[in-house]
Amino acid sequence: MAQADILTPSGVQGGHGHPDKWKWYDYFTFNVDHKVIGIQYLVTSFLFYLVGGFMAVLMRTELATPDSDFLTPELYNAFLTNHGTIMIFLWIVPAAIGGFGNYLIPLMIGARDMAFPKLNALAFWLNPPAGALLVGSFFVGGGAQSGWTSYPPLSEITANLPQTLWCLAIVMVGSSSILGSVNFLVTIWKMRVPSMAWDQMPLFCWAMVATSLLALFATPVLAAAMVLLLFDINFGTSFFKPDAGGNVVVYQHLFWFYSHPAVYLMILPIFGIMSEVIPVHARKPIFGYKAIAYSSMAICLVGLFVWVHHMFTSGTAPWMRIFFTISTLIVAVPTGVKIFSWVATLWGGKIRYTTAMLFAVGLLSMFVFGGLSGVTLGAAPFDIHVHDTYYVVGHFHYVLFGGSVFGIYAGIYHWFPKMTGRMLNEPLGKVHFVLTFIGTILTFTPMHSLGMQGMPRRVAMYDPQFTSLNQLVTVGSYILAVSVIPFYINVIWSWMAGQKAGPNPWNALTLEWTTDSPPIIENWEVLPVLTHGPYDYGFDPTAEDAEEALVPK
Amino acid sequence: MQGTVDSTPVVTGHAVAAHEEHQDLRVLGLITFLCSEFLMFAGFFAVFLVFWGSKAEWPPKETEVELLLPAVNTLILVSSSLVINLGTKAIKKNDLAGLRRWFGITAAMGAIFLAGQVYEYMHLGYGLKTNLFSNCFYLLTGFHGLHVFIGLVLILGVLWRSRRADHYSDMTHTGPEMAEIYWHFVDVVWIVLFSLIYLLTLL
Repeated sequence: MAQADILTPSGVQGGHGHPDKWKWYDYFTFNVDHKVIGIQYLVTSFLFYLVGGFMAVLMRTELATPDSDFLTPELYNAFLTNHGTIMIFLWIVPAAIGGFGNYLIPLMIGARDMAFPKLNALAFWLNPPAGALLVGSFFVGGGAQSGWTSYPPLSEITANLPQTLWCLAIVMVGSSSILGSVNFLVTIWKMRVPSMAWDQMPLFCWAMVATSLLALFATPVLAAAMVLLLFDINFGTSFFKPDAGGNVVVYQHLFWFYSHPAVYLMILPIFGIMSEVIPVHARKPIFGYKAIAYSSMAICLVGLFVWVHHMFTSGTAPWMRIFFTISTLIVAVPTGVKIFSWVATLWGGKIRYTTAMLFAVGLLSMFVFGGLSGVTLGAAPFDIHVHDTYYVVGHFHYVLFGGSVFGIYAGIYHWFPKMTGRMLNEPLGKVHFVLTFIGTILTFTPMHSLGMQGMPRRVAMYDPQFTSLNQLVTVGSYILAVSVIPFYINVIWSWMAGQKAGPNPWNALTLEWTTDSPPIIENWEVLPVLTHGPYDYGFDPTAEDAEEALVPK
Repeated sequence: MQGTVDSTPVVTGHAVAAHEEHQDLRVLGLITFLCSEFLMFAGFFAVFLVFWGSKAEWPPKETEVELLLPAVNTLILVSSSLVINLGTKAIKKNDLAGLRRWFGITAAMGAIFLAGQVYEYMHLGYGLKTNLFSNCFYLLTGFHGLHVFIGLVLILGVLWRSRRADHYSDMTHTGPEMAEIYWHFVDVVWIVLFSLIYLLTLL
């Protein structure tokens, strides 16, 4: 029994001309089922995660010694550019937004599919060619080398062909993101089961509303920047060429107008995952439903007006520094609201330390740390001191790895039974968690210290005084590399032969748990009707905790 | 909301309704998409304004814009927005011939606009690469022209589909409606663009 009762009146059957179940090869086609598309996004992004991770390991191996003795500096630059690009645009964004968003939203709101299934499939199929362009750019001139930010003039004077391919790849994933957002917004707005009011929606859906609005408004500006950059590189214009009257800072504004909101694109869906995972595994109603829902919207709104904090050292006027310092610090307020709400949800709960819950709690501590260093960076005086040092690298890896990646893991451990019908192996999951947790701390904490001592980022060589801390970071990165091995083994093995999950292994209340695992093709025989809220754990009408949850072996 | 138990008793009615096709959301989807598209133009406009604000002479002497032809073009494009509206009004009254007539005229007006723009490009005497202003000028007008072209293709698509007598009717006219909305969007962007590049630079 979950958020709804399944009604099975006679005479109403499925049968919309679909097969009963998708075959394995359906996952390699232009399939319009949101669940197939969600899996396609997740599997593709987990493959690119390995590609990006491989690049990171090579870079860390180079940085184990102060000299440039493992990679050429050009190749190092290409790896650092494409590591960032792939991890952002082909791993976290497609996994968190495309993967979980597509798979879960229709199931959570009681819809049979997304509003525009074909558009949805198109949005997914823009991703693999974009990845191919990035990987392919290594074979036609060594890959783009100007960092994931691709600031001109560097991006206009180095490796023109790979840089062009890079821009095209970004335009493709950007278009994918916009089409996906249109789909999410219309679906959530118009396709909830009639009995579901806005404030009965699972919080993941609220997070996706905020995410989609941000993507919708910010991504086109990045596309504009890419078009201008492409024209500058290939068609002889001079938008960003100072010697011909252009202005490089204009690019920075356009770029960060998208790319700062992009960090919220990468964390808001994760916040949504947190709000689903924590109440289920703590067996308690979420604390402050409305506060969490509205704080997502607040982050979305304020997040559009903070981008200049990336540009405090770009000759920014003092009034802008003041304005953007203040607006940046304001973002910490709605974020803090969420953190406190989750902690309050855990407080006094019947916590089950499943792997999903471990990753969620791990995320809480990691994200608070990364968030606090973010607050320090938001303050212009401090930012100017550590700008372009490893402090920044440490900060954003704490939020992106300790935040987003932990959240994606939590989501996978939580919803894998729904997606595949089988449980992930818990002991192996715990090994995965411990390795990831230790690896994260070991890799990214010393970076703050290195940055404070003045080690610049994005350089293959460094002063020998930084050697010992760098070697610590390299060891940490190897632990992280090893940490994915139990995970991938777990996923592949459990997908084939894991313990059967049944429709609702966690005794969760949201709608996706009211259907089979994996769900049938149009999700339900008969659409569910809400009988209680998404987080009403421990209340009499549901009597959830009378039944024991299935304990995975 | 904790503890609010919404045990809605409308069970049978809902269970039946659940299997019906959901309403046509394409218009809503298009409008959402156009919000995004508008932000892309806004990005270009912002670039134009920043350059304008930082240059003493904008447009520079050797790359001044012509006004007469674009003004005529503006008139054509703006009035075509009214014409296309007559087309969708016609189909809402089940007047297929009216739809075809007005959409045909709109397509012709769009084509004249594009031809006029090409003519303007050929007679300006400077190209994309001449200077920063010409960079902006060709990029903005060209990018808008691309959207006019897409709108034209949509209108021609509606005309093509309307060959079949039963394709559009007073009940099913989402296609023409979407083409109209897109066309209005192209029109609105042009009004902003025309004011920015042609009119305000005169001041």
